[in-house]
Amino acid sequence: MTGVLKAKVHVFLKPGVLDVQGKAVEAELHTLGWDGVSNVRVGRAIEFQIAGDDPTRARDEVNRMCERLLANPVIEGYRVEVA
Amino acid sequence: MKAAVLVFPGSNCDRDCKVALERSVGAQVSMVWHKETELPAGLDLIVLPGGFAYGDYLRCGAIAALSPVMSAVRDAASKGVAVAGICNGFQVLCEAGLLPGALLRNVGLKYVCKFIDLDVVNGQTRFTAAFGETRTARMTMGNGEGNFFADEDTLDRLEGEGQVVFRYRENPNGSARSIAGIVNEAGNVLGLMPHPDRAFESALGSADGALLFKSVMASA
Repeated sequence: MTGVLKAKVHVFLKPGVLDVQGKAVEAELHTLGWDGVSNVRVGRAIEFQIAGDDPTRARDEVNRMCERLLANPVIEGYRVEVA
Repeated sequence: MKAAVLVFPGSNCDRDCKVALERSVGAQVSMVWHKETELPAGLDLIVLPGGFAYGDYLRCGAIAALSPVMSAVRDAASKGVAVAGICNGFQVLCEAGLLPGALLRNVGLKYVCKFIDLDVVNGQTRFTAAFGETRTARMTMGNGEGNFFADEDTLDRLEGEGQVVFRYRENPNGSARSIAGIVNEAGNVLGLMPHPDRAFESALGSADGALLFKSVMASA
């Protein structure tokens, strides 16, 4: 019987790309008194299930999904978790 | 001149583009639903209109770029047919890899909707030849993600090859090097954030957009 794995994809703008949402959130956190906060980045998390038993293979599959659709490699980097 | 305007779920300037093409250059315009796998024969121009294709879900243009019709657009573009992506259409062309770069959230995080003055940087393209001695163009813009981004090497290449076609006189959204519109290397695919389709006759506040459609017609 085929199992089901859980995938979680985190997508963030690449370090060199100005994250204007991150800047706005950071400024607001400073306003609220959290002066020590820096380098806020706002990204996106995408969760789904994927049929299969082999996490390594599933991770490869999810990486391909990131390249095709889930992230835009011109501006975004991504991190994949499969368990 | 024969033109096609693509219609994605969430396009909202598709009919504006049709009317603009009919009135400014008397084009015969077909509306093509994004699920189509073929385009009408003998097209001189394909327009990807403004709007919010697929609700801008995931990223602007990301899902539309994978629509069935985009294979036919890619094919037509490789054969030299003129392709113009306006606003959301520009985002779709970048996501589809037909143009370099990407459109980021506007600096300031605001949706910017106003008249905007542009410099016609390259008047030698299929989309700008009719501007002639006119080196400025007034159109409207309306976007929240119109902040053009590309890495420095790509920007240098775009400038060096004359692929930067329109530039904002006053940068409204943080676009790299104030870029408002670019063409691909072959010069037949244009991406432009401001709307020539909302500025094609003086009753709309400007008729400069008509010059873009006239340029394409002259090259057809």
